[in-house]
Amino acid sequence: MTALPETTEMVDPVPGAAAPHLPQRAELVQLLTPEGDRVEHPDYSLDIGEQELRELYRDLVLVRRWDVEATALQRQGQLGIWASLLGQEAAQIGAGRAMAESDMAFPTYREHGVAWTRGVDPLHVISLFRGVDNGGWDPVATGFNLYTVVIGAQTLHATGYAMGLQRDGAESAALAFLGDGATSQGEVNEAMIWAASFSAPVVFFCQNNQYAISVPLERQSRVPLYQRAAGFGFPGVRVDGNDVLAVLAVTRSALAAAREGQGPTFIEAFTYRMGAHTTSDDPTRYRLASELEEWKLRDPIARLKAHLSRSSIADAAFFQGVEAEADELADRIRSGTVDMPAPAPTEMFDHVYAEQTPQLAQQRADFVAYQASFEGGEH
Amino acid sequence: MGQMLTIGKALNLGLRKAMEDDAKVVLMGEDIGKLGGVFRITDGLQKDFGEARVVDTPLAEAGILGTAVGLAMRGYRPVCEIQFDGFVFPAYNQIVTQVAKIHARSKGKLPMPIVIRIPFGGGIGAVEHHSESPEAYFAHTAGLKVVAVSNPVDAYWGIQQAIAHPDPIVFLEPKRRYWEKAEVDVDATPDPLFASRVVHGGDDVTVLAYGPMVKTALQAAEAAAEEGRSLEVVDLRTVSPLDLEPVFESVRRTGRCIVVHEAPVTLGLGAEIAARVTETCFHSLEAPVLRVGGYDTPYPPSKLEEEYLPDLDRVLDAVDRAMGF
Ligand SMILES: Cc1ncc(C[n+]2csc(CCOP(=O)(O)OP(=O)(O)O)c2C)c(N)n1
Repeated sequence: MTALPETTEMVDPVPGAAAPHLPQRAELVQLLTPEGDRVEHPDYSLDIGEQELRELYRDLVLVRRWDVEATALQRQGQLGIWASLLGQEAAQIGAGRAMAESDMAFPTYREHGVAWTRGVDPLHVISLFRGVDNGGWDPVATGFNLYTVVIGAQTLHATGYAMGLQRDGAESAALAFLGDGATSQGEVNEAMIWAASFSAPVVFFCQNNQYAISVPLERQSRVPLYQRAAGFGFPGVRVDGNDVLAVLAVTRSALAAAREGQGPTFIEAFTYRMGAHTTSDDPTRYRLASELEEWKLRDPIARLKAHLSRSSIADAAFFQGVEAEADELADRIRSGTVDMPAPAPTEMFDHVYAEQTPQLAQQRADFVAYQASFEGGEH
Repeated sequence: MGQMLTIGKALNLGLRKAMEDDAKVVLMGEDIGKLGGVFRITDGLQKDFGEARVVDTPLAEAGILGTAVGLAMRGYRPVCEIQFDGFVFPAYNQIVTQVAKIHARSKGKLPMPIVIRIPFGGGIGAVEHHSESPEAYFAHTAGLKVVAVSNPVDAYWGIQQAIAHPDPIVFLEPKRRYWEKAEVDVDATPDPLFASRVVHGGDDVTVLAYGPMVKTALQAAEAAAEEGRSLEVVDLRTVSPLDLEPVFESVRRTGRCIVVHEAPVTLGLGAEIAARVTETCFHSLEAPVLRVGGYDTPYPPSKLEEEYLPDLDRVLDAVDRAMGF
């Protein structure tokens, strides 16, 4: 693990507010520059073959396509809402691909890329946003927990799960996903305290996409987020979240440390949400177009593509092949969504308890009888 | 005289008026500044009153309510926006163990004039935790008052009255009705905040509702009238304290009573009302007090919310049952 960065440089954390006592050296781990050049980092090296590089590219393109298709489906009234990952593909693919099969991910509601790496069917994720169920995948079989809408709650679950792994002597870790806004929640701070105190094998993976809906990072923290970890007593690292290689390397290293009994790490993946918070949001109210343009230059897919072509790791035929695959995926998502059946109404009664209660069984029976009374009627 | 306003706009204007009237009023919540809140209820207020009075808070509900307690101790009147009903629970500890009890614990030395605005209820096709009806949790806690508005007039006046009130108030806004319009006369004398009101006269059955279900009850009354049945609809307006005198009066006349709410029926507000109506009007009742509400399940995925939410058919079905006794 890296040592905590030294606090050499002091800058003003909030424009206009003089606070020289606050450390501000924001070191960013990067292995691939925005121009697509491979660079080395003293603490994080990545031994990666050409095949693996091509696969990462394929992942990035396919999840972006999934996301674009889902956004379009929402616009067409097929989904109630969609939380886009646009711009955060590298952070999610890098983190997801760093996981071992026996590790467990605890996502929020935006980790479609991580879901992809865990083999969760995109249509299962979509079913939640379509209002068909609350997440149709099997968290145990996939090692990908259900989405969590209440901000921050999952970080405690991940920590408890990690404590379970620890007790069982399992050489696995939990990976908790959270946003920059989530770091303000009391529960997230409690999770970090528990994780530190019990040396739990959990990694907190924070995608700092700069906003919590409309509220910019400055309203959540006056220090770079990764520096918070020091206060809880474990290492914090800031990684270029648009660099899939750096994210992969940093997350692999943190997960390995957790599995080896070295306790938690906080990873801040420094990135940007290119789209709206969700399809109900209007980002023009709170951010400038110029900011967006600036971040476009750091696009996570373009930079890997540049690297692959320039190093002759992939040729035109490969890129066309991936595009064709993305088209197929988009088709499958579209038809799968439109054809997705509505759930049986009685389903809402069926899994409330492991052991059904007499009252609820009665309510279910009354409901069925009531519905039947309309049969043939105008209802 | 009056202006046609949606509930959302009426709340916006009511908040604006309250801020003009009292410099101690401070709005706090997530995304309420530049964005104007996810429902735009605070639209334009930060621009006009500044960032110190319309505070975009960190993403921390316990923080919003906990700091509101301290601000209230300094004489401020915090108006806290909770973004959606399901996200009030991180603040639940502060609300029920602190906000609700400080007046009693300090023997009245520390009033807590805090308003907690919560868009509540379902019907907007949202994902989980965005459609809940948590009123019973708060009504069950002594020290809190709970109000649920159903129309633009009450929204405009109610929010101002709640802010001016010395006790903490959970102020429930029917999110699926935010866009419904009515004429609001800003020069009128408003009804008191903690008073129920008969909104449709009738003789056969008394139907009680509040918040989003008032409209459903009124629709049921119209449909029932076509079948020759006359429903009296009471908008409770206040959940705690309950204003049941007008209800008792009505039930003594109709002999039948139905309570409608979206929250699950078990231990919901209907249970309390049924008990009180039964105690007080026992000899006038021709039928047991019936409840129409949500099922005792988590709020379902949105494709099933129409089955879950009481609609006019379910109210009419209850009317049939009440009449059948
Ligand atoms: C406890 C809670 N409060 C409020 C919300 C409403 N809400 C949903 S997402 C969000 C912003 C989250 O920001 P961040 O943690 O940075 O994650 P991001 O969405 O940017 O990935 C808010 C306020 C919620 N879901 N849960």
